[in-house]
Amino acid sequence: MNGEAHITGPEAPSPITADLVLSVNGERYPITVDTRETLLDTLRERLGLTGAKKGCDHGQCGACTVLLDGRRVKSCLTLTVTLDGRRVVSVEGLADGDGLHPLQAAFIEHDAFQCGYCTPGQLCSAVGMLAEAAAGWPSAVTPETDAGVDLDEEEIRERMSGNLCRCGAYVNIVAAIGEVAR
Amino acid sequence: MTTLTRPTPSVGSALDRVEGVEKVTGQAKYAYEYAPDDLVYAVPVQADIARGEVRSVDADAAVKLPGVIATIWYGNAPRIAPAENAELSVLQSRRVAYRGQYVAVVVADTLENAVEAARLLRVDYDVEGHDVELRADHPGMYRPEKVNPAYPADTEQGDPDEALAGAEVVVDEVYSTPAEHNNPMEPHATVAVWGDDGLTLYDSTQGATAVRDTVAPLFGLPPGNVRVVSPHVGGGFGSKGTPLSPVVLAALAAKHVGRPVKLTVTRRQMFAVIGYRTPTIQRVRLGADAEGRLKVIVHDAFEQSSRIREFAEQTTTPTRMMYAAPNRRTTHRLVRLDVPTPSWMRAPGETPGMYALESALDELAVACGIDPIELRVRNEPAADPESGLPFSSRNLVACMREGARRFGWAERDPAPGIRLRDGLLVGTGVAASTYPVYRRPSRATATALADGTFTVRIAAADIGTGARTALTQIAADALGVPTGLVRVEIGDSALPDASLAGGSMGTASWGTAVVRACEALTGALRERGGQVPPDGVEVSADTAREVGNGERYARHAFGAQFAEVAVDPGTGETRVLRLLGVFAAGRIVNPKTARSQFIGGMTMGLSMALLEESVMDREFGDYLNHDLAQYHVAACADVRDIEAVWVDEDDPHLNPMGAKGIGEIGIVGTAAAVANAVYHATGVRVRDLPIRVDRLVR
Repeated sequence: MNGEAHITGPEAPSPITADLVLSVNGERYPITVDTRETLLDTLRERLGLTGAKKGCDHGQCGACTVLLDGRRVKSCLTLTVTLDGRRVVSVEGLADGDGLHPLQAAFIEHDAFQCGYCTPGQLCSAVGMLAEAAAGWPSAVTPETDAGVDLDEEEIRERMSGNLCRCGAYVNIVAAIGEVAR
Repeated sequence: MTTLTRPTPSVGSALDRVEGVEKVTGQAKYAYEYAPDDLVYAVPVQADIARGEVRSVDADAAVKLPGVIATIWYGNAPRIAPAENAELSVLQSRRVAYRGQYVAVVVADTLENAVEAARLLRVDYDVEGHDVELRADHPGMYRPEKVNPAYPADTEQGDPDEALAGAEVVVDEVYSTPAEHNNPMEPHATVAVWGDDGLTLYDSTQGATAVRDTVAPLFGLPPGNVRVVSPHVGGGFGSKGTPLSPVVLAALAAKHVGRPVKLTVTRRQMFAVIGYRTPTIQRVRLGADAEGRLKVIVHDAFEQSSRIREFAEQTTTPTRMMYAAPNRRTTHRLVRLDVPTPSWMRAPGETPGMYALESALDELAVACGIDPIELRVRNEPAADPESGLPFSSRNLVACMREGARRFGWAERDPAPGIRLRDGLLVGTGVAASTYPVYRRPSRATATALADGTFTVRIAAADIGTGARTALTQIAADALGVPTGLVRVEIGDSALPDASLAGGSMGTASWGTAVVRACEALTGALRERGGQVPPDGVEVSADTAREVGNGERYARHAFGAQFAEVAVDPGTGETRVLRLLGVFAAGRIVNPKTARSQFIGGMTMGLSMALLEESVMDREFGDYLNHDLAQYHVAACADVRDIEAVWVDEDDPHLNPMGAKGIGEIGIVGTAAAVANAVYHATGVRVRDLPIRVDRLVR
């Protein structure tokens, strides 16, 4: 943290703020944040990065999933004040210029979304999930062998179950991720 | 002079969603993401009693917080004109009709400050005793004038009671479905901006035209002074089809503070203020001869609505047209309780009604010792059983046969509870599916631009259905050009008026207007010898007359749903191993997005069968499991093998596209197919959804 917390007045229940530098999609954002502010609200309401979605604000739906230092987190359960110097990647940061990330292209090809509201979270979650599997992290359905993780459909379904999709695009999401995983 | 060589038709091809790149890159903008200057945040406060009156609101603690701009309740709210739908009259009365109804709203400079202030607002009530329990024998049960949208509450033909008394085989069972909440992933949201010439609403809605026409008179404005913008909508499933209190509250708060206001319904609030599927209690009586030929069908439904608005779900209407029987009766009874107002949820009527009817058919098949597909074939009507009208097309039997072939139905042993695979009881089930074909008038414009491209405008909505993509294909074919030359603009009430995205009628309604506008444009261009002036050529179409003058047919889509389940005999845990849907829905405009619609509906049907249930707390009058941790919707791991296919169906009596609606039929019958498969797996007939473990393990 590069700044002191600003606390004003003994009786005024003013917001407590803090200064920090947030790194999002490779850009540095020096920012003063309310300590009650979630990363999701900072991205959407302060930085104009509305790709991450608010579906429940309680960590139950996954629509707000972003990558924090490469690992997937629910940005609605992450207080921005804890993120000084950490690297955030949101859905806006997945593409390489005009070149879509392979997962983005596969989602379009497999029609892995309908309304599109859960899609940013699904994509960030899938990026994080592929890295977890590549690192050999087991899931609840991984067989107890030393053979590493074989990302078959059952593995993908299990590992993507933190991201709800009410349009019911799951089978297409699994197909899209499976294609990229192979 | 432009020479147009007619390209390969686009309708029928698997065009990728035209807004796909916007959606996967996070660029697609949803309602809450609009940020006009000087924006402030509104956070609504809900009643925490189920019935009574707001006595007073103590805002002292709230207004002392920094950043708080206003606290608004009945006592200081701007007055708006009375509305036909009392749900719209937010903060216009002291009455509390249900727990969770909006009773106040706090406006502050930041979301954090607004949330904190809303928490500190103290509302005092005069509390009255409440009644929130749906029972079929409730003394308040009455027959509504009509059921949604305009069907008679009751119908009767022949003498059903005598026929039941004389039938060789009778099934007489009571089924129930719980309250279910739509839960689109995007919560309802509005950004309301008052300007010199009226009100602009960035709104999460299934119909921009309808929101404009509903909201404008509340604030004494002509419709032309309200603009509703909603290019992208994060699902709705019916819950964004009827403008309700949130959009009005946003406009009212913005008016009160004189600044643009942002308001979203929280996920928890969505269990009270934006509608849901009524719980139902349904008695189905079938009488047949020993060969399973139906002599009589009686279907009675008992449902609830709120004190302030009558919404009567049309639960037994599919029973009026599914099967032949000379004696028949369908009824709906409603009781008004101190509960939130139910509304549309994906295939209202057909979804709960076909669960009961198709479960009862399965019970009749068992009672008669007849294959359930054969039973349905035997009771196939030659014409619409009630009206006598011919069906414009009816391919239920073709769907059943095709599904049986693909699913491997022929090898099925009907005996229940005998197949153990890897320690699990396995079974299969089938159910029919249906949804009516509706169409409403709409308008559209088509414009030829000097650069050789075309723009089509219509205030349609794409809530994830693929409407923008389908309309692009329909317009391209009507113009005889490749889709790449056509830009379709939707989601804005400033565009030509359109019916809403509901009743699976979007493609039929909007597509007709788009085709007529494009045909007129093609004619106008021909008259000009193909020359397009620098400022383009624009023509418009209005389908009011065409849609009103249809031939007399019974128009319905049909389908067959097949399920295979595995049930753990120790725990009762049920898993759906396979779902197959075969549909007959006219011409399929886009096989890629259509398949997504079908499997999406089937996925919601699986979720309904096994998981979804809003539990009413009798003591507090609240749907108590009001978040996604407690109201379970199917997650990725719940959904394994789902496939949807369709049979060719050429129906010339529908619309220029020959298409039937496909947004809702996918959910219809799925829960019955799963419940029938659970019976086949276990021998236990579950007549109350969802199929919970405690209903299987005795």
